[in-house]
Amino acid sequence: MAQLIDRRPNAKGKSTVNRQRFLRRYKKQIKKAISEQISERSITDIEGGESVSIPKRDTTEPTFRNDQGGVREGVYPGNKEFAPGDKIKRPPGGNGGQGRRASDSGEGDDEFVFEISRDEYLDMLFDDLELPNLQKNQLRKMTRSKTVRAGFTNDGVPTNINIVRSLKSAMSRRMAMGAEPRRRLHELEGELQALQQEVGGDENRRLELEQEIEQLRKRIKKIPFIDTFDLRFNNFVQRPEPTSQAVMFCLMDVSGSMDQETKDIAKRFYILLYLFLTRSYKDVDVVYIRHHTQAKEVDEEEFFYSRETGGTIVSSALELTRDIIAQRYPPTDWNIYAAQASDGDNWNDDSPVCEQILAKQLLPQLRYYAYVEITRRDHQGLWAHYENLLQTHDNFAMQHISEHDDIYPVFREFFRKQTQ
Amino acid sequence: MREPISTGAEWTFELIEKYHAEIENIAEEYGLDTYPNQIELITAEQMLDAYASVGMPIGYSHWSFGKHFIQNEQQYRRGRMGLAYEIVINSNPCIAYLMEENTMMMQALVIAHASYGHNSFFKGNYLFRAWTDAEAIIDYLVFAKRFISECEERYGIDEVENLLDSCHALQNHGVDRYKRPYPVSMREEQERLEEREAYLQSQVNDLWHKTIPQKEIAEEASKQQNFPQEPQENILYFIEKNAPLLEPWQREVVRIVRKIGQYFYPQRQTQVMNEGWACFWHYHIMNALYDRGKVTDGFMLEFIQSHTNVVSQPDFDSEYFSGINPYALGYAMMTDIKRICIDPDEEDRKWFPDIAGSNWQETLDFAMRNFKDESFISQFLSPRMIRDFKLFSILDDEERSELEVTSIHNDSGYHYIRHALSNQYNLSMNEPNIQVQNVDIRGDRSLTLSHIPHNGVPLADSSGEVLKHLRRLWSFGVKLETLDASGEVINTEECSAQAG
Repeated sequence: MAQLIDRRPNAKGKSTVNRQRFLRRYKKQIKKAISEQISERSITDIEGGESVSIPKRDTTEPTFRNDQGGVREGVYPGNKEFAPGDKIKRPPGGNGGQGRRASDSGEGDDEFVFEISRDEYLDMLFDDLELPNLQKNQLRKMTRSKTVRAGFTNDGVPTNINIVRSLKSAMSRRMAMGAEPRRRLHELEGELQALQQEVGGDENRRLELEQEIEQLRKRIKKIPFIDTFDLRFNNFVQRPEPTSQAVMFCLMDVSGSMDQETKDIAKRFYILLYLFLTRSYKDVDVVYIRHHTQAKEVDEEEFFYSRETGGTIVSSALELTRDIIAQRYPPTDWNIYAAQASDGDNWNDDSPVCEQILAKQLLPQLRYYAYVEITRRDHQGLWAHYENLLQTHDNFAMQHISEHDDIYPVFREFFRKQTQ
Repeated sequence: MREPISTGAEWTFELIEKYHAEIENIAEEYGLDTYPNQIELITAEQMLDAYASVGMPIGYSHWSFGKHFIQNEQQYRRGRMGLAYEIVINSNPCIAYLMEENTMMMQALVIAHASYGHNSFFKGNYLFRAWTDAEAIIDYLVFAKRFISECEERYGIDEVENLLDSCHALQNHGVDRYKRPYPVSMREEQERLEEREAYLQSQVNDLWHKTIPQKEIAEEASKQQNFPQEPQENILYFIEKNAPLLEPWQREVVRIVRKIGQYFYPQRQTQVMNEGWACFWHYHIMNALYDRGKVTDGFMLEFIQSHTNVVSQPDFDSEYFSGINPYALGYAMMTDIKRICIDPDEEDRKWFPDIAGSNWQETLDFAMRNFKDESFISQFLSPRMIRDFKLFSILDDEERSELEVTSIHNDSGYHYIRHALSNQYNLSMNEPNIQVQNVDIRGDRSLTLSHIPHNGVPLADSSGEVLKHLRRLWSFGVKLETLDASGEVINTEECSAQAG
């Protein structure tokens, strides 16, 4: 008799270790592929995994094998018209009769494509990023009061009367108040009837009874259908609730001095910020504002990939941010975050203006404003003016990034205060 | 009167047991000698896992298995690849995996095919008897997994991974074709482990520690003995025993890879026979079930459709052609042998005087036990088979601009085609002949391999990479010499000690 075993409940994923080993071994290639692909991925698209392709030749396992060529003889099925001695032209592409087999075993230079999960993707993207730590942290949230039902109460305004409750209570009151007289009425009516059937009954008693019955009827009739005492009102209380919506403003300089690599670094930073916000907020809106001498709200595609030339006036973007907040994102309802990426260039006379707008108009409305300067050169005017803000505002932060590797440490630095 | 065991497509454990009991009876009546069966129900995901570890139920961890897993998973998810209905493991008890998704008919078919077909082949065929030990393999795999993970803890994952990479590159060259090893079980293996480590190390040191005064080297060189005395085809074994600088644990890892390679060696040589045998028996068993009224007409139709798919052979010019289908060839040959035994015609009597008219069960049993693909074809491929398959042979000489049809399925071609097809399954003609030729034990300790091309077939480019792996194991320079027919060196590939 055979042994029949149900292995289905066993842990699947016996290959997980081997899969991890594979990812570990090809980390360099995978990271490179991901870096190249980051341009094709949207900031807000972080829920899915990622399809990665790395050169196949890197993943082959070499063995001593025979190559094509030499003298080979092969046997094939399905002869139709060949006779011994027939000569056939070598089929193109493959090498002789072995063509098919050769191409199967031969190593093409194609890509080895596979999927990695979201966490694996983020791990690779930010390398030693420790996501669980992020999860534990909670951002301070703005609260907003919300009216919620809180049972019923005995007084209130007429609009809140709960009809069903009120009538129920009226009915029970009527029943309670009428019970005694009704029982008495019932008794007296019985007695009266008996008296009437009796021949030569006591006339006085009869009149007495009729009088009393009349009184009782009046009394029962007097019980009011509804009384102020019966009224029930829906009760509402105000409860403070953290807002679950946030908006993230991405500001970026797109003037000629920002090259694609700088933008890619900025993009990573935005992805990280978005990820961070989605941990804390249910809905996160993203607003993209790019600017050179003028600011414009654009979609993500245009934000990262259209090129502009010309000078830089940072304040234009700040003004636009202010206006959009005024129009669409009232600070009482929204947690507002803003991140600005720039290579530090600004028209010199504009920097004091930026400082003013931020200090007076924007920062009081924002939960957090992060400025990253992505450059390998020395800081310019903007940096100095922004530094002034550091002293006066604790929801303002600025950092300097020069390479991909700086992003995560900088990010961590940014949010240290916030996560207390 | 028909009393089918079940009528629906759904399977249950009770039904599987009932079907199995019937199949077991039938197999017994046909005289199939098997290991006890262990049937395991698994999900598609678990099947993917099993694929990745090349059918080993337990395997050590290595990235290459992860790569295969990812590849299969990817293809499966995109619907490019169906999963095999079953995987069967040559062990005692013989483990067969059945997939959850299969219909009742499929489960019965798989039990007949794997648990009785393949199982009896594993137990009976001489190659499996000589090369594998069904009793020991699971234990050995457990031992290997534990040993390698211990090494990873002790010496680091990278160190072990690099070593395994190098061993894998040579895994196909870890077999002594002409010696018969005796595989040992886990307990013995562990007992012998320490002993062997100590002994090996002393042996190796002995070989290398003799120091010779400089002057004598030149004189000695001419008369010194070659080492190894005879060329060695088992490169991994040679490394395990003689590589100068390997640590004992590294030798053990080499040995593990070699042993596992050896375990799969018979499977590579008996694909046609093994599948043919299993298909032949599942066909007979399923028909017997039907004849006894145990299954419905619908069951049978489903079976026949499935069976036909498995044993079909597309023509060479069909878009579905991908070489000769071992299931088709094997099944057709097994069936043909039965026909020759039961109902031989004149041609059969002339070609197969020994088996024409003999007891078919005994003849098939004999064939199953004593042959491998190469010899099986050369012994049993009948002219009728060649005609049915319309086989023809093509000569592809790279010196000539055209291919030549050398023979077809006619009187003068039968012998030729039979010989050519048999060669196609001859491992030694399909895998490069590479042997350890010499070690310069008095000089720079470099290792020389010789490659003797068969019919001028060159080595693939990957050989350079393999040499690097070999150098990692050997720790000194490695050289690959390609010899021509007269033994002259015509090409040398070198991987010197310093490089890399």
